[in-house]
Amino acid sequence: MVKKKQEKVIKINEMHKWFGTFHVLKNINLEVSQGERIVICGPSGSGKSTLIRCINRLEAHQKGDIFVNGIELSGDLKNLEAIRSDVGMVFQSFNLFPHLTVLENCTLAPIWVRKMPKKDADTLAMEYLTRVKIPEQAEKFPGQLSGGQQQRVAIARALCMKPQIMLFDEPTSALDPEMIKEVLDTMIELANTGMTMLVVTHEMGFANKVADRVIFMDEGEIIEQNTPKLFFTKPKNKRTKLFLSQILNH
Amino acid sequence: MNVKTKEYLPGQHPDLPPPPGTFGIIGWLKSNLFSSISNSILTILSVYLMYLLIDGAINWFILDAVYDANDKPSCRKLGDGACWAVITRRVDQFIYGFYPHAERWRVDITFLMLFLAAAPLLYPEIIFRKYLLWFSGLYPFLAFILIKGGFFELELIDTNLFGGAMLTLIIGVTSIACSLPLGIILALGRQSNLKLVKILSVCFIEFMRGVPLITLLFVASTMLNYFLPPGTNFNLLVRVIIMMTFFSAAYIAEVIRGGIQAIPKGQYEAADAIGLTYWQTTRFITLPQALKISIPGIVNTFIGLYKDTTLVVIIGLLDPLGIGRAALADTKWNGLSTETYLFVALIFFISCFAMSRYSLWLEKKLSTDHK
Ligand SMILES: Nc1ncnc2c1ncn2[C@@H]1O[C@H](COP(=O)(O)OP(=O)(O)OP(=O)(O)O)[C@@H](O)[C@H]1O
Ligand SMILES: [Mg+2]
Repeated sequence: MVKKKQEKVIKINEMHKWFGTFHVLKNINLEVSQGERIVICGPSGSGKSTLIRCINRLEAHQKGDIFVNGIELSGDLKNLEAIRSDVGMVFQSFNLFPHLTVLENCTLAPIWVRKMPKKDADTLAMEYLTRVKIPEQAEKFPGQLSGGQQQRVAIARALCMKPQIMLFDEPTSALDPEMIKEVLDTMIELANTGMTMLVVTHEMGFANKVADRVIFMDEGEIIEQNTPKLFFTKPKNKRTKLFLSQILNH
Repeated sequence: MNVKTKEYLPGQHPDLPPPPGTFGIIGWLKSNLFSSISNSILTILSVYLMYLLIDGAINWFILDAVYDANDKPSCRKLGDGACWAVITRRVDQFIYGFYPHAERWRVDITFLMLFLAAAPLLYPEIIFRKYLLWFSGLYPFLAFILIKGGFFELELIDTNLFGGAMLTLIIGVTSIACSLPLGIILALGRQSNLKLVKILSVCFIEFMRGVPLITLLFVASTMLNYFLPPGTNFNLLVRVIIMMTFFSAAYIAEVIRGGIQAIPKGQYEAADAIGLTYWQTTRFITLPQALKISIPGIVNTFIGLYKDTTLVVIIGLLDPLGIGRAALADTKWNGLSTETYLFVALIFFISCFAMSRYSLWLEKKLSTDHK
């Protein structure tokens, strides 16, 4: 019984969210197992970003409940930072700290949140920068890197906290085509290590290759979810079909 | 013009020097001063005007000037230029005010130590920074003990005797040093989610910005006595410094708030997402970026504050301007206001120019965009 509970790293039950009076997420039910890779897609404004931002409480929900690693996210949560540090997030616009070097971007949280000695944090950061294949850029500032390199730094920065779960919010949609591949490759490698990943993306090739499950959202609801194979070949819902025809045929 | 450009095979083109006259000194002159006929005429005219001005200035300021005399009439007999005697005869007052002669070494030492104390704060790369920072922390107390006295056999000196550039430095440096941290706190307070903190900060800032500094100084010199418990004798200089600090802190706070608001929302989201607390975010993300953006505005405020210290003349403190006016009131030197005010201006210009240069240097050093 206990074991089964631990397997589900994220549990969302009948969750609703409003922005003011605007009902942005409606009755979301979602369970994510340890090591599961989920791709979320859907039209612009359908609430994909909002949903994954609820998981590390960058946004607060108003109804229903969300459990992350067995801890319920609620307003009177004391150690919100502790939960956040177990959930890594990668943003569409990278959001690196421009005044810190690449290395400092990566070591900031390990040093101050994990209380790691600076030396160990440096070693750890270099390890992850090597994994995302940019160890030689460690002393540069983010502004001196290309978009793809910046996004890989952002991934390394999140990984340096040794998170249980990684959230990606359209990690490649601000990138030039030739850089998308290098970021996707990094993410595929990460997926191969068994990381639990929730990825908002329209890169259907990535979904096909990596995802265990694809979720389609529209107007704040989860419309359909399935394995990538069935999702792409036999979509059930009309809206899913329309969406797929739009993104696959353009 | 019919020299044919050499042909190269695709991919074989070597790096060539730019055409003559487009680079180096000649290129610069050509493009900046003599780019057209009218531009060339303007350049020649300006050079001629500058020659006239500089020639006249050198004569008046230096060659025809009189450096020592007993009074204005004897000055005029000795030369047609400036009569610097009004300054040289009182130069010690311009520097120390009426600080007792025998004790002035204390002011000198304090002044020299100021550079040592400021160095680790202004130049982070300095050697032995850690130890020097301890000295910086100790400096305010050392300076107080030395200048004011009353400890270790040092004679106690009445602050009424403080004056001249020394007074400007004391008020300016203390207010600047105190108003930056206070301004930061106010700026953060104004952005705070805690309603009470926010309201208090807004009230403080708006009040201080809404009244002229001169009224604050009058409040300092007269009214503050009504608010304080009877019998407390609160030093006038301290009151002035407090008012100056509050006044410029309000401006600094607004400048920094602008800096904070210029930081993209994504920075806070990223900081939240990696688990930093509010104070960690403030310390490592918000302030470094906000302060960097705000440097020009902050230094601008400091320069304004520094020059505003001249207002203390009105409540009877004798800063360089006050000393200058006292000199002009002396029948011996009546009418030498040009020389006097120019000298006072010079005293302020030196400090303000240094601040302005420092801010440019710092901006450049902190720039991480293209390195
Ligand atoms: N802070 C906010 N306040 C008010 N409304 C918001 C806020 N953030 C998002 N919304 C609205 O909520 C809806 C869902 O936004 P969300 O960013 O989650 O969409 P999305 O599916 O990620 O879209 P996109 O593909 O464009 O990123 C949109 O209509 C958006 O305008
Ligand atoms: Mg989005």
